[in-house]
Amino acid sequence: MTRFITSSFSHLILLIGILIMVVPVWMIFASSTHTSSMINMNGLQMFLGDSFYENYLRVLLYQGGFFKEITALKMFFNSFIMATGVAILSVVTSLMAAYALVYYRIKYATLLFWIIFITILVPLELRIFPTYSVMAELNLVNSYFGLIVPISASAIATLFFRQFYKTVPDELLESAKLDGANTWRFFVDFLIPLSKTMIVAMLIFMFVFGYNQYLWPLLVTTSEQYWTVVMGLKMMSGSIVHRFAFVMMSMVPPILIIIVLQKYFIKGVFQDK
Amino acid sequence: MSFLDLKNVTKIYPNGTKAVHETSLSVDEGEFMVFVGPSGCGKSTLLRMVAGLEDITEGDINLDGKLINEVDPSERDVAMVFQNYALYPHMNVYNNLAYGLKNRGIDKETIEQKVNDAAKLLQISDYLQRKPSMLSGGQRQRVAMGRAIVRNPKIFLFDEPLSNLDAKLRIQMRLEIKKLQQKVGVTSIFVTHDQVEAMTLADRLAVINNGIIEQLGTPIEIYDNPKSLFVAGFIGSPQMNFLDGNIKNKTLSAEGFEIKDIDSDFEGEVKLGIRPEHLSQRENSLINLKVDLVEQLGSDNLVYGQLKDKKDFCYRCPGNLTIEKGADLSLNIENNKYYIFDKSTGKRVN
Repeated sequence: MTRFITSSFSHLILLIGILIMVVPVWMIFASSTHTSSMINMNGLQMFLGDSFYENYLRVLLYQGGFFKEITALKMFFNSFIMATGVAILSVVTSLMAAYALVYYRIKYATLLFWIIFITILVPLELRIFPTYSVMAELNLVNSYFGLIVPISASAIATLFFRQFYKTVPDELLESAKLDGANTWRFFVDFLIPLSKTMIVAMLIFMFVFGYNQYLWPLLVTTSEQYWTVVMGLKMMSGSIVHRFAFVMMSMVPPILIIIVLQKYFIKGVFQDK
Repeated sequence: MSFLDLKNVTKIYPNGTKAVHETSLSVDEGEFMVFVGPSGCGKSTLLRMVAGLEDITEGDINLDGKLINEVDPSERDVAMVFQNYALYPHMNVYNNLAYGLKNRGIDKETIEQKVNDAAKLLQISDYLQRKPSMLSGGQRQRVAMGRAIVRNPKIFLFDEPLSNLDAKLRIQMRLEIKKLQQKVGVTSIFVTHDQVEAMTLADRLAVINNGIIEQLGTPIEIYDNPKSLFVAGFIGSPQMNFLDGNIKNKTLSAEGFEIKDIDSDFEGEVKLGIRPEHLSQRENSLINLKVDLVEQLGSDNLVYGQLKDKKDFCYRCPGNLTIEKGADLSLNIENNKYYIFDKSTGKRVN
């Protein structure tokens, strides 16, 4: 009986927690399906209205920005390019960095790794001036390349891959060597397949990281052509229901990618077998 | 020059540890050589230097008439079976076997042929599509050997491959390795710390201690004629009994008994070694043993006890003899089979 009471109590706490997180999102979604005059008069809504298609279609195709050069659809496209680019580039670089750190006889490899690692403590905001000036020198302002490259070296992913490689037994490398594999083949034939789940996990992680960038895209793009979704959240003008609809849609890509790949994500982050 | 030649090979690790001291050794083509010794004696290091997985500090290694000191392991054409098998966990058995061949640019049909032949030989044809994690210990062992066989290398290297198996399987695999080696006829080096494995597998045996080959010879030579205290103690189970003694004028006096007219001119402190199986019961003999414990193995009994001065001693007798705890036995050394070693150097002196 006491067990029933304690477990109901903890469930109650969890339930309250879920409600606190879900209700505001639901209210925004419900409100985004009404007309704006309805929201202006009656406030936020808890139940669905009937303007769903009308509102969402309008938001997707509406020409926004000061110069009316960008639609929400284009922003989604830009964000997708940026997030995918960041994900792929940072996974590739950290895979290779970790490989070099673990398998090559580099003097002070550990020290080098910690130097890489402390860059976690240096946020983009802190180095934004020099980074911007480098990008400007290279003529990369207002380009996808400029959006992607400066945030595509991930110390966290390097850490994950390094720790994983360290658990790979030495005999595997030795055996592969005797089987005629050179360093490149060992990387491609062994380490990449063995860290498959971790690669997927890091891809998701870095995709969401890239997608969520706000300050950097804001700085490095002056042309509305390169606006991303997260920037758009701030820049989007229009009525309140349209903004709500845009907020709802902006949540879809990261959620979708996590739902589709969550099996790998959990396996990869919490050590796979 | 023989097939594999090690000349004054030395290994010193960067931290200054000397793992192998100026070791010279030749292995003939088709020979099964076993390196045996306690853990940390340098036997694995020596094997890994042959494989190319450890740099050679000094000395030369020649394989098939070619100096291989600087040759990359992938180019040496040697195959190695590791203690934990080192199978490729993400590849199925077929690809585990085929990987080395693929890297050598052999065409697909030949690879398939070779893999299937090797699989048949090792009776793993049914598991070719399985991943290593789905195999039992014995099957993994076979796959590891298959990976070595399939490439038809110049030399097989085994680094304690049986130590992860349970006792019964170990004996079975030991037999299979020996049969297979005889069938395939490839020169092999097998590293082990288990002296029974060493004795049963070897054509020739190298007993290694502290980075030095203490003795090299056929198993029987080494058993019958150990050249040092270490070899005498290491080879043979149960271990040889050692007693302190002293030689003066060709008379050896040990704890409570004397042996006259010994075949040695040595004088001074010695260790007398007697194998438990070289003893028999006879009235009024040299050695008096008070029995503490009897281990009945079925075919044999191992009798443990103490001599007059409380020194531990072991005697091996046929299993049909009944010996009670607490009995007093009088033991004779059969055919004068005893070994005398210089106490200070450990060298054999008779």
